Amino acid sequence: MNAASSSIAGRIAGWFDKPSEKAIAAEEAALRSDRFRLEREGDWKRLESILRRIESGRLRRLSDDDLLALPVLYRTAASSLAIARETSLDAALVGYLETLTQRAWFQVYGPRASLWSWLRGFLGGGWSASVRALGMDLLLALALMIAGTAVGWLLVAHDPEWYHALVPGGFADVRAPGASREVLRGTLFGNQDQNGMSVFAAQLFSNNAQVSIMCFALGFAFGLPTMLLLVHNTALLGAMLWLYHGQGLLVDFIGWLSIHGTTELFAILLAGAAGIHVGRSMAFPGNMPILEAASAAGRRAAQVMTGVVLMLVVAALLEGFGRQLVDSTPSRLAVGGSMLVLWCAYFFAFRRDGRMAGR
Amino acid sequence: MARWRNPFRRKVQAQPAPRGLPDERSRRIVITPEGVPLPFTLASRGSRAAALFLDLVMIIGAIVGATVILVKLAGIVGINLESSASPAGHAVQALSVLWIIVLFLFRNAWFLFFELGPRGATPGKRITGIRVAARARGTEGGRLTTEAVIARNLVRDVELFLPLLFILVASVEGGDVAMASWAGLVWFLIFALFPFFNRDRLRCGDLIAGTWVVEAPRRKLEQALSVSDGARGRSAETGANYRFSDADLAVYGEYELQVLERVLREGRADALRDVAQTICGKIGWSAGAGDELAFLEAYYAQLRARLETGMRFGRRKADKHSGG
Repeated sequence: MNAASSSIAGRIAGWFDKPSEKAIAAEEAALRSDRFRLEREGDWKRLESILRRIESGRLRRLSDDDLLALPVLYRTAASSLAIARETSLDAALVGYLETLTQRAWFQVYGPRASLWSWLRGFLGGGWSASVRALGMDLLLALALMIAGTAVGWLLVAHDPEWYHALVPGGFADVRAPGASREVLRGTLFGNQDQNGMSVFAAQLFSNNAQVSIMCFALGFAFGLPTMLLLVHNTALLGAMLWLYHGQGLLVDFIGWLSIHGTTELFAILLAGAAGIHVGRSMAFPGNMPILEAASAAGRRAAQVMTGVVLMLVVAALLEGFGRQLVDSTPSRLAVGGSMLVLWCAYFFAFRRDGRMAGR
Repeated sequence: MARWRNPFRRKVQAQPAPRGLPDERSRRIVITPEGVPLPFTLASRGSRAAALFLDLVMIIGAIVGATVILVKLAGIVGINLESSASPAGHAVQALSVLWIIVLFLFRNAWFLFFELGPRGATPGKRITGIRVAARARGTEGGRLTTEAVIARNLVRDVELFLPLLFILVASVEGGDVAMASWAGLVWFLIFALFPFFNRDRLRCGDLIAGTWVVEAPRRKLEQALSVSDGARGRSAETGANYRFSDADLAVYGEYELQVLERVLREGRADALRDVAQTICGKIGWSAGAGDELAFLEAYYAQLRARLETGMRFGRRKADKHSGG
């Protein structure tokens, strides 16, 4: 009974096994090139099984021995490939070695760090270094934003009809030219018991993140759409500044805005600078081929952009909660101003020399 | 499709093209730091489109799934959007925050997360057998960096989601929806057709990030062919001993050898018979019917031994037409 059941079990297990490959001694092969292959195929198969485990994400189950063996086995496979190409006419073997070496090459020369350790390096100096690397483009983006605000103000001051052209309908509910001081004041203060602010914050974040990603990604058209986007968005700001100025609420409005605005406008500034950086490197690639210049700038800017998304999370939290909790202009200005100082210190004063610098 | 011809026959025979013989235009050679040239095949535009389609289907599926789960959860705590001051109202609020974040993550992090993994491919790309790799400069292969993957996926937003935004904004704000749709379509087409206008089939994101998409083939190690009895010239069935003279072997070159290799690996009886007859006709032999496999194994092993010996001395014979 026991013997019968074990033989059945063995047979069923046999169905799911791979066909048992006979271990063939190298001497049995008639050809020298096949003897070469049979002597080495143990190493290749070990490499293949390590690769299979890595590729299916079971990195943790890999023993230290296997992990240490990977680069060695990769070099063995690469040299086997070089030899096989010169001595063997077995097309299937050369094809196998090519794909094996390729797969191993991807792992050995793959992304250097895990997502986690990348994030650590990113926050601990990589981000601020890449922001500083934008250099000129930061100033250019800042100039464009100031110009956009001024243009918005001047246009509306010249002809209030411009207000409706600049500010989309959704924003300008009661905040339109001709609104009384009390109405405008009501939009700034006394919203503490409003509900659903956390949902509003999450929506704002999602929306702002999408806009700033757009700002960056449009940079490849030589940066022109990015610049237009920057000017257009800040013109809206300028128009609203004018509106509140007309009722003597300018400082209060700036306070209301600054609590999250210093973070958000800074993030938009960085996104715009990143887009301009990519566009400028394509328009003026210098000594590099244009594709290389674009990809070098693109990688630097991508790092800035990851940070921008983080900044927008902070901005949305400030907007959703901070603005409703802090209800007086001086304390609002204090919160907004200290955020600005914090970001500036992080980007421009916090330097760490080391491997992340200069990337 | 008629690329494969039986070179042993004069008559052209329609056969499917062998696998693994890619178009020359899509081949790129990268030299590893060890100095070994590795061939890469650029992924076809069709398989990339298919991969994107699969990914989008999966993302939409995941979003719908997440929404259903959140709605179920909201149902458990008792949906009541009116009185948001109650504890249940706060829970609903928390859920909707979660929902917005989940949506954002699925749209933006899906590609990022998977392409940073060891396979360098999203599930859609895995199914179509392609992956992302760093673009080679000249012949020098690069390292795929985290920043590169981030950059190529941020640009996807402009390529894919911006035209949808056009239409959405127009319909929400009561603009000209038809006009916005046309603008969105033109916008989308510009980016969708971008890979057709450069040699490396780059889309805009690839261009900025310095990446390209290549095929990621996996192959099994095939059986060695010279270990059977037949390869030693002895037929197990008839006991005959096949020995070919140098003149018998000199008629064919490497190309014919590799076709013969494929025929032996596939092992189709009619192909074996065909090829055996052609070879016999060419060298003036008559092998007994029914013993083609042993005959061909012997011929293959001896032809390969001859050609490989020549190779070691630097003499190569590409096919039956070339000398040597």
